Amino acid sequence: MPKITYNTHDNKTHTIDVQNGLTVMEGAIQNDIPGIDADCGGGMSCATCHVYINNEWLDKLPEKEDGEEDMIDMAFEPKKNSRLSCQLIVSDKLDGLVVNIPSKQG
Amino acid sequence: MIKTDVLIIGAGPTGLFCAHQLGIIGLTCEIVDNLDKAGGQCIELYPDKPIYDIPAIPECTGEELTNNLLKQIKPFNINFHLNQRVEEIKKVENRWHVKTNGNKKFDVASIVIAGGVGSFEPRKFPQKECEIFEGNSIFYSVKDKTIFKDKTISIFGGGDSALDWAIELSNMSKVNLIHRRDGFSGAESSVQKVKELNDQGKLNLYTKYQMESVLGENRIDTVKIKHDNGEVKDIKSDYILGFFGLIMQLGPILDWGLNIDKKKVEVNTENFETNINGIFAIGDICSYPGKLKLILSGFHEGALAARGCFKYAKPDEKLRFEFTTTSKAAQERLGIKK
Repeated sequence: MPKITYNTHDNKTHTIDVQNGLTVMEGAIQNDIPGIDADCGGGMSCATCHVYINNEWLDKLPEKEDGEEDMIDMAFEPKKNSRLSCQLIVSDKLDGLVVNIPSKQG
Repeated sequence: MIKTDVLIIGAGPTGLFCAHQLGIIGLTCEIVDNLDKAGGQCIELYPDKPIYDIPAIPECTGEELTNNLLKQIKPFNINFHLNQRVEEIKKVENRWHVKTNGNKKFDVASIVIAGGVGSFEPRKFPQKECEIFEGNSIFYSVKDKTIFKDKTISIFGGGDSALDWAIELSNMSKVNLIHRRDGFSGAESSVQKVKELNDQGKLNLYTKYQMESVLGENRIDTVKIKHDNGEVKDIKSDYILGFFGLIMQLGPILDWGLNIDKKKVEVNTENFETNINGIFAIGDICSYPGKLKLILSGFHEGALAARGCFKYAKPDEKLRFEFTTTSKAAQERLGIKK
């Protein structure tokens, strides 16, 4: 199973096995990783599953779909490496992905 | 003080259908919502997105669903109290006294929390110092646009609210529109208009900039903005407007002594009552083993919670189970003439 690493804002590192097909957001929610709210449940309509992607992973992720960048406008402290974790579907290609959870979601 | 049987907190689909179920069994209710319209997440987050899993409705949008629910509860003439957030609840003998932030007061037998993921609040700037100026020179919505006349306004955001206000205020104020990227999420026609106004010198557009900090004594005076490339600009501003959409927050509900886990209120599945007698929770805000966050589950929960409310509203009466197809009483309540 791919391993996804979530760095939380309190400098803790959580490396979790996440099943293929789940989203990075779902991996966090199911494993009680703090800091990802996912209020809308994965509908790309709330920007509360916002994460920062480690630079070496930025280009390896699937491109943003229409609407993701629009929602990131609403996120708390968006940066160039911002993504919505509900839009990142876990696969073997994402094994080893590192995401950083912001201090707040809103 | 408004006296009624039940107060429903939240005018989303679950709250609206619960009102219908209360009406059918002969209970009265009033509905409070923090938004300026009914519909909850359906209307605020996805009014135009189609929904495909409402039983017997193959496809409808959030807005259509809301309008149909409003039509369905029309016979009951339910009062809505919009732009109101419930702040305090207090048990007074066997009734609940409820107060909103707009100082509306209710005296009810029970409360149904249909609050979704919480009440919608504007998303704010991350900079701490913005809190000091909020309400005097930093705003997240416009209540009285006349205060901006002949002033310098810096607007942040790239959606319709930011674009619409930039266009509107450019007639009477000096407007700076600041957005974190070149693309906008607002309507294309508004984006074109803003670009035209920028070309004509009627507003200043700064893209790829974000707020760095704000400066000022009692009011803001200058906002520092930072480009993606690290360059920082100082912009003199009398007011700052931030339009970053809405976020849902549980707010005062957290302080009512309810059993809450992961921002959800725990309920039993017999009648969706919480750990506090007379307070029910339905829809996305409630949690129980097997909970599905679907609108159809909210309808079921609302139907049972409505019946749970009956014993508090009419302790001396017994509720009989009836079908709307045959119940004279229910049809009378629905205003059906035969």
